[in-house]
This record gives sequence, C-alpha cells and structure tokens, in this order.
Amino acid sequence: MLDAFGQPQSAVVLGGTSDLAGAIVRALAHRRLRTAVLGGRNEERLALAARAASAEGVREVRTVQLDATDVAGAARAVDECFDAAGSVDLVLVAIGVLSHERDELDPARTAEVVTATYSWPAVALTRAAAHLRDQGSGRIVVLSSVAAVRVRRQNFVYASAKSGLDSFSIGLREALHGTGVVVQIVRPGRVPTKMTEGLPRAPLSTTPDAVANAVVAGLASDTPIVWVPASARWALAAARLVPQSLWRRIPG
Amino acid sequence: MARGLGRSYGDAAQCSGGTVVDMRSILGASDVSGGEVEVGAGMSLDALLRRALPAGWFIPVTPGTRQVTVGGALAADIHGKNHHLDGSFARHVSAITIATPTGLRRVSANEDAELFWATAGGMGLTGIVTSARVRMLRVETDRMLVDTDRFSDLDAVMSAMEAGDARYRYSVAWVDCSGPAISTRQRAPGLRAGRAVLTRAVHARLEDLAPAERRPPAAPPRPALGTPRRVPRGLLNRLSIAAFNEAWYLRAPVHREAEVQSMWRFFHPLDGVADWNRLYGPRGFVQYQFVVPEKSGDVVAAVVRELSERRLPSFLAVLKRFGASSPGPLSFPMPGWTLALDLPIGPQALPTCLDRLDAMVAAAGGRVYLAKDSRLRPDLFSTMYPRLEELSSVRQRVDPAGLMRSDLSRRLGLD
Ligand SMILES: Cc1cc2nc3c(=O)[nH]c(=O)nc-3n(C[C@H](O)[C@H](O)[C@H](O)COP(=O)(O)OP(=O)(O)OC[C@H]3O[C@@H](n4cnc5c(N)ncnc54)[C@H](O)[C@@H]3O)c2cc1C
Ligand SMILES: NC(=O)c1ccc[n+]([C@@H]2O[C@H](COP(=O)([O-])OP(=O)(O)OC[C@H]3O[C@@H](n4cnc5c(N)ncnc54)[C@H](OP(=O)(O)O)[C@@H]3O)[C@@H](O)[C@H]2O)c1
Repeated sequence: MLDAFGQPQSAVVLGGTSDLAGAIVRALAHRRLRTAVLGGRNEERLALAARAASAEGVREVRTVQLDATDVAGAARAVDECFDAAGSVDLVLVAIGVLSHERDELDPARTAEVVTATYSWPAVALTRAAAHLRDQGSGRIVVLSSVAAVRVRRQNFVYASAKSGLDSFSIGLREALHGTGVVVQIVRPGRVPTKMTEGLPRAPLSTTPDAVANAVVAGLASDTPIVWVPASARWALAAARLVPQSLWRRIPG
Repeated sequence: MARGLGRSYGDAAQCSGGTVVDMRSILGASDVSGGEVEVGAGMSLDALLRRALPAGWFIPVTPGTRQVTVGGALAADIHGKNHHLDGSFARHVSAITIATPTGLRRVSANEDAELFWATAGGMGLTGIVTSARVRMLRVETDRMLVDTDRFSDLDAVMSAMEAGDARYRYSVAWVDCSGPAISTRQRAPGLRAGRAVLTRAVHARLEDLAPAERRPPAAPPRPALGTPRRVPRGLLNRLSIAAFNEAWYLRAPVHREAEVQSMWRFFHPLDGVADWNRLYGPRGFVQYQFVVPEKSGDVVAAVVRELSERRLPSFLAVLKRFGASSPGPLSFPMPGWTLALDLPIGPQALPTCLDRLDAMVAAAGGRVYLAKDSRLRPDLFSTMYPRLEELSSVRQRVDPAGLMRSDLSRRLGLD
C-alpha cells in the first residue's frame, strides 16, 4: 500500500533498464519499496537492473520481457507485470526512444520512435489504469519531458510523441479522478543518461538523482506535473511565447 | 472491514477495492444496570454520554474527541487521560458480540478470551463487532476539579507526573514542540521546545461545588461549527504553530488548584477551536504517537529535540504516562510514556525524520499507535508488536479465508 507520503511498497517499472528508472527505484528503495517488477526488452540489461535494485534493498525483484515496438502485445505485457507483482502501488513508465536530426527523414525510425515513445506506452497505460482502478488505489508516474511542451527541430519526432504521451496522461489523470488512482507527469530537462549520450549540455539540464528526488517528493503531494529542475516550469511558460524564428536559434 | 466514524488518522478503516461496512446505523443502548450498558457498536461515545450522563453514568475512557464509535474504541483499544489508573477501553468491556467470517459469537475475557483480546486493539481484523457491554463510571456532576501547573522543561514535568499522577484520575501534559524561538523576543534555540503545561483532575462531587452550582450532570453540548471548509495551503506553518503554542503556554497559570471546569472543556479543549484539523489545508497532516517503557523516558526528550532541530513543528504535542497494558496482542498502551504529535505534511525532511523516530522508539522497546499510523515500515511494525503471532492464529481460526483486511493490514504486511 501507499503510505501517507505516497510512497509505494510495490512498483511495476515499464522501461526497467532505463537510467532514470534506475535512479528512481533506488530512491524509492530507500523509502518503502520492497517489491519491483522490471519490464524491458533485453534480458542481460534487465538482470543487471534487477541486481542493482536488490542491492539497494528491494526484497523481491522480478523481470518481465517486453518489446515496446509490439503495440499489440502491450496489454498482455502489462498483465504479466501485474501478475508478477501481486498488488501494485506504483506504475512507472520510463520507455522512450530519442530521435535525431540524422534520422528524421527515415520512416522506419519514425515508426520506432513514435511507437515506443507514444503508442505502446499509451496502450500499456490504458491497461495499467484498468488494473489499478479495480484495485481501488495506486499511482501512475509517467516520464514525459520538457521537450513535450515546446517541440524543437533537433528531436521533433521524439518530442511530438512525448507531447502525445503527455497529453494522454493528463487526460487519463482526469479520467481516473475519484477512483483512488492518481496519475502524475514528470517533465525533466535534459539528463545525462544513455539516451542522451554524446549530446551537448542544454539549458535546464539536470541529473538522474535530482529527477528521482523530485519524483519521491512529488508522490507526497498529488501534484499533476513535476518539473525537474523546478525552474523549468517558468522557463517553459516563457518558451511558449517565443516566436518560432527565435526559438529555432536557442541552443538545446 | 468495519468503519465507525472514521476518526482513526490513517488507513485502518479503509479497504481500497474491497467492501467497507458503515457501522453508523448499528445503534441502540440499553439502560445502565449493574453499572453496565449494552451498546450497538456504531453508537458514538457522544450519543452514549447523551443517554447515560443525565442518569449519572460517565464513559470509562474518554479520547480527545467524543465522535468515535464504541466499535472503533474497542478496535483501537483506546486510552484516555486516566490510563495510568484505569487502563484502556477494552478493560471496561465485559463482553462483545462479533460477526466473524465463520459465524457470530459472544465473547469475553472468560469466554474465548483469545478472540476477545485479539479484537481489543485488533483494528477490525478479527471481524465486525456489533455490540458491546461497557462498564460505566458513576459520577455526581458534569464538572471536574482541575489542577494546572506550568513547567519550563520536560524533565520537570515528567518528574511531577511520576510523583503526583496517582493522586488524580486524569492527567495529561501539553508539550511545546513548535521549535526554537522565532518571535521578536528571540531566545536561544531549544528553549521553548519541551516546556509544558500539566493538567490533572478528578470528577467533582456535589459537595465540592458551591451550593448554587450543585446540579446533576447534563448531556454534553452539541459540537460547535468550526473553520471554513476551504483553507489556503500552508496557513498553519512554522510561524503560526509557534504562535499558537506560545499563546497556549502563556494562557496557562504557573500553578492553580481545584479550578472547577466543565467536563467538556477539560476533555475536549480543542472543541473551542473546532475543526482545527482543517487549518492544515488540503495536504493535511500526520499524527505520530508512540509509547516507550517507563525507563526510556529520555526518548521523549530526544524526539522533542530531534523535531525542534529539524524545524519540524508540531501543532499540539500531548504527553501522558500510561499504566498497565491490556492483554490484547495488538493493544497499544504499555506502562511508560506516550507522546502524540500533529505534524503538517509538506516539509521534505518529515518522512525520513519519522523513520528515524520509529527506529529510536523500537530500539527502546516502544511502539507507535496504529489508530494514528499511516506510514510505519512493516519490519519495524513486527519489532514493535512482537505478539503478532497471537493475532494471526486467532485470525486463522475465525477467518481462515483471510477475508478481513484493510489498507492498514496490507500496508503493514498483516495478511
Ligand atoms: C481529535 C481526535 C482525538 C483522539 N484522541 C484519542 C485519544 O485520546 N486516545 C485514543 O486512544 N485515541 C484517540 N483518537 C483516535 C480514535 O479514538 C480511534 O482512532 C478510534 O478507533 C476511532 O473510532 P472510529 O469509530 O472513528 O473508528 P474508525 O476510524 O472508523 O475505525 C478505526 C478502526 O476500528 C475498526 N472498527 C470500527 N468499528 C468497528 C466495529 N464495529 N467492529 C470491528 N472493528 C471496528 C475499523 O476497522 C478500524 O480498524 C483520537 C482521534 C481524533 C480524531
Ligand atoms: N535523458 C533525458 O534527457 C530525458 C529527459 C526527459 C525525459 N526523458 C525520458 O525518461 C525516460 C527514461 O530515459 P533515460 O534517460 O533513462 O534513457 P534510457 O536509459 O535510454 O531509457 C529508455 C528506456 O526505454 C527502453 N526502450 C526503448 N525502446 C524500447 C523497446 N522497443 N522495447 C522496450 N524498451 C525499450 C530502454 O530499454 P533498453 O535499456 O533496452 O534500451 C530503456 O529502458 C524516457 O521516457 C525518456 O524519454 C529522458
């Protein structure tokens, strides 16, 4: 069960091998997390993430193999994760694929990015929401991005998909109002992880631990949107007003 | 899972995804005969008093609010300001009727004592209590003779309680946990934390009152309406909590004897500022109440110091000395010191600070109160309540399918 500070005892992590998810699981383990089910595509990386979670004190760690390009299999994958977990206090969605200028005109790449970043997570969230609603309680935390708020050329395929997922999650939050299930959206700035390897530092950069701490603090409230860093909220409010001609020239 | 008036602070009377039975319509009380009354488990202590007090009968244990049901009082085995002499609620219950998943039973300390005591403090996990036979207390008036003393530090008030509590049926101290001085008259940090106001009382007899005041007891007043429903976030912050505590302290006399007070002012002083809880705003607060054995009184000081150093203010902190424990394996009270704190949710340091306090309490052989808990770790829970096995074996007998469960039982791994 969630405690008075919204801290979960059991979690399903979709994208269990993600660097950010790793940091979040670590922070949750230092609070109340005892059971974690990590879902991911690569067995070796899953085993590694599972070992890391155990080392942080999570008593029961299980892994479920899933592929986020297989939209038809999303609901089944989520069922499997719930079966493995027993009761679930938190569902964390951390799957995402970044796009780059170099592959922006490659249809196959667009399909992968959009599917793994938006379509699959949206279907998975739909299923997870149904499970939690039946349970009568639970949290869903969706890793969105500041990129979702104002799309930029450098990664517009990814950003548009995040934008879709972000809007989907806001809608889902509304839809679940009063059911005991609360959806929270996390919008980090750029974080050095394997996703962003080789990219230059950008404004609004942050760290995996800062994201994890913000998630833990966010759970204690039921705030809809967690910005990391907190200042990103105001920066992005301003960014919405910047004309495209200028926006294009801001580095990031 | 049964739910009474929902006055437990945490998740004890909740069962997400399950069935919760609203007990509030299980009412009715017999006349008092032989000092005992048979009461429907959904009846509130307030309603019971309304019936019995005009006939000269008072409830044996009075919590900080009258708006709790008899079933809830038994399920949490509640304590009052008289615990040092009279023990907890279940000690004044001679028999109960309980609907368990395997049938309706009438049990008492003599008849299926295991089930009776597992139910007393068992947080509803053994079944649904439908009715209870409660031993009442004879009183001549609805007034109290109250002695008040003010102390500038914790040691002094604790010594006074040790030395003098036995002379009073009721005793409780309010302790300032609002943190270091923040007023204009800036004082050294820690100076305020730990100062205390001790109030102790006995029931006034007719002969204790001036002739004009000598009248039989009357029913309690209807609750007053309180704070507005919508309160801005953070209204009750460190500054206002400190200001409240300051006023509370200064209002108290340094020493006063045999002041005649109404029962309601003595037992429910906060009803004067009704619905204080709403002032915490939408995020609410957590209650933290623990008890440590007599010899570990120093833990109380350590907790007060810790909160003050972390600048985690408590709106009201209530200190009391408990007497003998009751036989219930999950009953909270044990001989020693209990401190109840009201902490606004918000400060990031709070959750981990409370975890540290848990560890201190557990190490001293103490425990936290489940009726107020919403955040304890399961592993420390079993350290604090080492007789869990006894509850489990009763539950296995009366509820083999494991039907009785609550959010609290799931959170603490009691299934
Ligand atoms: C302002 C305030 C002051 C308080 N002061 C004190 C105090 O001084 N001392 C003290 O000990 N406590 C105190 N409490 C706590 C309170 O007394 C307990 O939480 C009590 O259990 C609340 O009773 P309720 O009817 O509201 O029960 P609920 O909160 O509805 O339920 C509490 C538990 O009792 C179980 N339960 C309720 N009815 C039944 C039934 N018929 N059969 C089986 N199980 C049942 C529920 O399942 C749940 O586990 C205080 C609470 C408040 C809000
Ligand atoms: N890093 C940032 O700057 C940043 C900023 C804002 C938001 N985010 C978001 O935060 C989340 C976590 O990202 P991260 O930074 O931790 O990067 P990451 O380590 O690369 O995490 C991405 C996750 O998605 C998984 N994934 C990708 N394609 C998949 C597929 N087809 N099937 C199954 N899993 C797939 C990855 O699995 P593998 O381990 O198998 O590759 C990995 O677990 C993402 O949603 C990302 O968009 C990141």
